[in-house]
Order: sequence, then C-alpha cells, then structure tokens
Amino acid sequence: MTPSPDSVALVARGVGKTYGRTTALGGVSLEVGHGELVGLLGPNGAGKSTLTKIACGLVRPTSGTVEVGGRPAGTRTARGMIGYLAELFRFPRWMTADEVLVLHQRLAGSGGAASERAELLALVGLFAAASTRVEAMSKGMQQRLGIAQALVGGPRLLLLDEPTSALDPAGRGIVRELMGELRTRGTSVLLNSHLLSEVERVCDRVAILNEGRVVTEGRPADLSRPRGVEIEVDGGTRLYEGATREDVPRIVAELVASGERVYGARVLASTLEETYLEAVGGATG
Amino acid sequence: MTGAGAALVIVGYALRESLRRRVFLVVLVLTVGFLALYGLGTYFAFRDVESFVPPDKNILDPKAFTGATVFGLAMFAVLFLGSVVAIFLTLGVVRGDAEAGLLQPIVVRPIGRRTIVLARLAGAAVVSAAYALVVYGLALAITAAVGGWTPDHVVGPALGLALAVVTVAAISLFASVFMSATAQGIAVFMVFGTGLTAGLLSQIGRALDSGSLHTIGRVATWLLPFDGLYQAGLHALISSTGGLTGVALQLGPFGGAEGAGPLLVLWAIAYTALVAGGAALAFSRRDL
Repeated sequence: MTPSPDSVALVARGVGKTYGRTTALGGVSLEVGHGELVGLLGPNGAGKSTLTKIACGLVRPTSGTVEVGGRPAGTRTARGMIGYLAELFRFPRWMTADEVLVLHQRLAGSGGAASERAELLALVGLFAAASTRVEAMSKGMQQRLGIAQALVGGPRLLLLDEPTSALDPAGRGIVRELMGELRTRGTSVLLNSHLLSEVERVCDRVAILNEGRVVTEGRPADLSRPRGVEIEVDGGTRLYEGATREDVPRIVAELVASGERVYGARVLASTLEETYLEAVGGATG
Repeated sequence: MTGAGAALVIVGYALRESLRRRVFLVVLVLTVGFLALYGLGTYFAFRDVESFVPPDKNILDPKAFTGATVFGLAMFAVLFLGSVVAIFLTLGVVRGDAEAGLLQPIVVRPIGRRTIVLARLAGAAVVSAAYALVVYGLALAITAAVGGWTPDHVVGPALGLALAVVTVAAISLFASVFMSATAQGIAVFMVFGTGLTAGLLSQIGRALDSGSLHTIGRVATWLLPFDGLYQAGLHALISSTGGLTGVALQLGPFGGAEGAGPLLVLWAIAYTALVAGGAALAFSRRDL
C-alpha cells in the first residue's frame, strides 16, 4: 500500500546524512501513512536510527527533506505531532514514573492531567509503579515508561527506536497489544527493530535498510514469497517447488488416484527473516 | 506551549535536579565548615589586634584593617565556592546529558533548543547566585557580630559576587555544549584559575608600577570578568577608608584591589548574555 499524499504522516525524500567521510544515509525515501504501522529493519549501522532522529529533529540531514504531517521535520510544529522513544535513553533517576510523565505533559503542552498519566501507565503495565522512582525500576520497566512518555499528548506519529530491546516476552506482549491499540486510535508508527518476528506480526508495511538505502519495501505477506508445497506420503516427504496453496487439492487428488496414501500437506513460504537476509546480503553490522 | 512557559518548566526541572545533586550537599557541608572556621578566625583576629594601640586611630584603624582583611578572605571564599556550585550545576548538562540519553526525550518536545539551554543556565544561575548572596550575608553578619566592623559598601560587592558566579555558570554551560562532563569541569576550573591569576597580575603590575603587566592583567580580567567583579567588590569594601589604613589595605592580599566602575557590570551582563547566546546557538546546530 502506498499512502496518498494527503494521508501521509511522515514522508522522507532522498534523505542523506554523512558524518565526515562516513555515509549514514544515502538517499532514503519512505512514507508512513496516517494510522499505518511501518517497520524499519536493517543491520546495525544501516541508518535506521539516523533516519528516525532526522524525523524528530535530533539530527539534521545533509541532503533531502523529511516532513511530518506536512511540516518540515524538526520544526516546533512537527515536533508537536510526534512521540519518540530513543534507542538509548534515560530519565532522571530521582523522578517517579508519574513525575516523568508530568514533566513531559508540561513540555508537550498536554492537557491530559492525571487521567492521561494513569491511562498511559496502565497501557504499558506500570499502573502500580506510578510512584516508583526510576532508579528502582528494571531496564524493562524503564523502557515501558519510555513508551508511555512517547505517547504523552496523543502524538499523531510515534517513532519507536528498538522499543522492545530490553523487554522480556511478557513485556513484548504488552508492546504488541499496544501496537494494536494504536492502530485502532489511528496513530501512525515507525518502528525500528531487530526483532523480525515482532515487526512481521504488528506492522502493515516493512522497509529494509542496508548501508543507508532502502533495499526492499512492502507488506510482510508480499515479502514472503511462496516456496512450494510439501506432501507427506508413505515413502516420505515430496516437495513440489513452485506450487501454491491453490495447487494442493489437485496434487493430493493426483497422488490418491495413483494409489499413494497422503498423510499431510504443507504450503511453504520464505519467512521475512529469509527475505531480510537476502536483502542485506547476510550483513550483521 | 509558549516559550516562557516551556522555559519555566525547564528551570523548575533544573532547580529540582540541582538540589538533588550530591555535590550540592557536599558544598553545603563545606560551607558550614567554612563559616564556622571563619567565625573562629575572625574572633581571634579581632581579639589579637585589640592589644595593638596605634599612635593615631585616624591614621591606622586596627579594627577596619582586620575587618576588611578577613572579610576580603571571605569574599574570595564566596567567589570560589559559588563558582564551584555554578560549575557543578552546569556539569554535563548538554553533551554529557546527550551522551547519557537524558536530553533527547526533552529536546524532541515542541520547545526550542535555545529555550532549553537558556533555561538550564537560568536554573544554575539562580541557585549559584542565591548561594553566593546567602554566604556573603552570613559572613558579613559574622564579621559584624564578632568584630563590630562593617564594610563601606554592602550591597554592591554582594551583587558583584552574584554576577561573577553567574558569569562562571555561563562559561561552564558554554563548555558543556562541546565537552564531556569531566573535560568540561577541568577546562572551566582552569579558566577560573586563569581569571584569578589575571587579577593578581593586574594587582602586582599596579603595585610595581609596571604598565605592561597591569595592562595584560586588566585585559585578561575583562576577557574573564568574574575576577574583575570580585576585585571591584574588594575595592568597594574600603573605598571610603582613608589614612594609613586605606593605604595598607590597598597593599593587602584581600583588601584594596581596584574599582572598575559601572561599565564592568554592564560588560559582565553583556558577556554573560553573549556566552549564553553562543551556547544556545551552538546547541541548536548540534546533532544529538
């Protein structure tokens, strides 16, 4: 799905960024539609965080443009529309979870007051930890607090840079549920992650970056190509390369007609991980 | 949110953070220790000069001589401790906080980067200037209570010291944009030492009647005006003291110095604004 221009939450056109002789981004173009969840995948150093930082105004691009809700990224208006969770972040150790959110409500100009804070803390499973100081929180709790902080003020575009890197499976489950909630609210999300399975499960679209360029882009289902059908018969397993789900009844009927006993059939498709590895050429950063 | 509203939020955040820094507690303990020792020293100083009977009190007043000398020492301590507070309150507030990941969640909010920098300076300036004024006032009260001496001018030197520590805070904030916390602390303390040395050079040049040395010292003092403000404060302590007492104090280590007039105050304010503006400009162009 390619978003129409009037429904674009984030648009990057030919964005480049160099640090001295090092090219972090070499002309990336990407769009995130309103209410769309887009996953950004790529090995370390691919430029995912740099692109996210440019979108929220922390880094200035060397070339190209980025717009948030039609406004140049980094401007005060654009920053008023986003929520951001950095890959590496910290909150003051002496603040409680509630105080962190109060600070960000004030800075974001949010009128949500206590009810918004309670809702956000509940959303990330920290309702009971509202008065817990940051210094007493685990890394996972801090990361969930970071997500709550990013949601203060109801941003139209959420930029999440590795939001599940410090989370246990239960915490990842909370984030997955949160993504579903954001989808129903119509919030756009750009999600940077190394966790392909997470991205595959929650994102509408995926862009794979390698060496500062988008090398593959599309819906997770479209990126998973059919690899054939596997049929289990008396003599073992037979692979029908190129066959699709629609071919299964015909293949089974032919086998049965020829006297074979069929025990099972499985449609094979390349996983997002295989597509990813193919796209990045096995790069691990 | 308006720029002023955002600035107030950041100032409040900076003030709360300032008061929670362990160094602030250390400085408070040191200050109590300093004031106790100062009180003791002042008591013995005044007691010992009581036995000295000058031939003519209009020529040499032992009480004024003692009071101005010990209070000059107290002013140096206020400048030093106030500068320590100013430097530590601005330590790592830009690059250090950015490297720690504390700054990014704040910077992406719809407030200007310049607002953040200037508000951080305001927070540090309020705390360090208030600290300088309070310690100055306590030292003054101790001197008056123990020795029965008060300086010729009270308010001017106090405000000069407060402005001096604000100037140091601005220099330190500027350094925090470019340096990591440790490098910033070392660099700013070296700058502080350079300023004090320049002030001493200027005094030595004046005492030796060395025009060149005096000029070098004065130029350096104007480049780093916190020492000039301190020197002007010292001068104001005894500006109305005449006779041999005045002359002797001019030569003493903590009395005398030279006044600089209102131009120095205006320059120090402009200097602080320029340095803070430079920090804000540099931060606004920095990738985080």
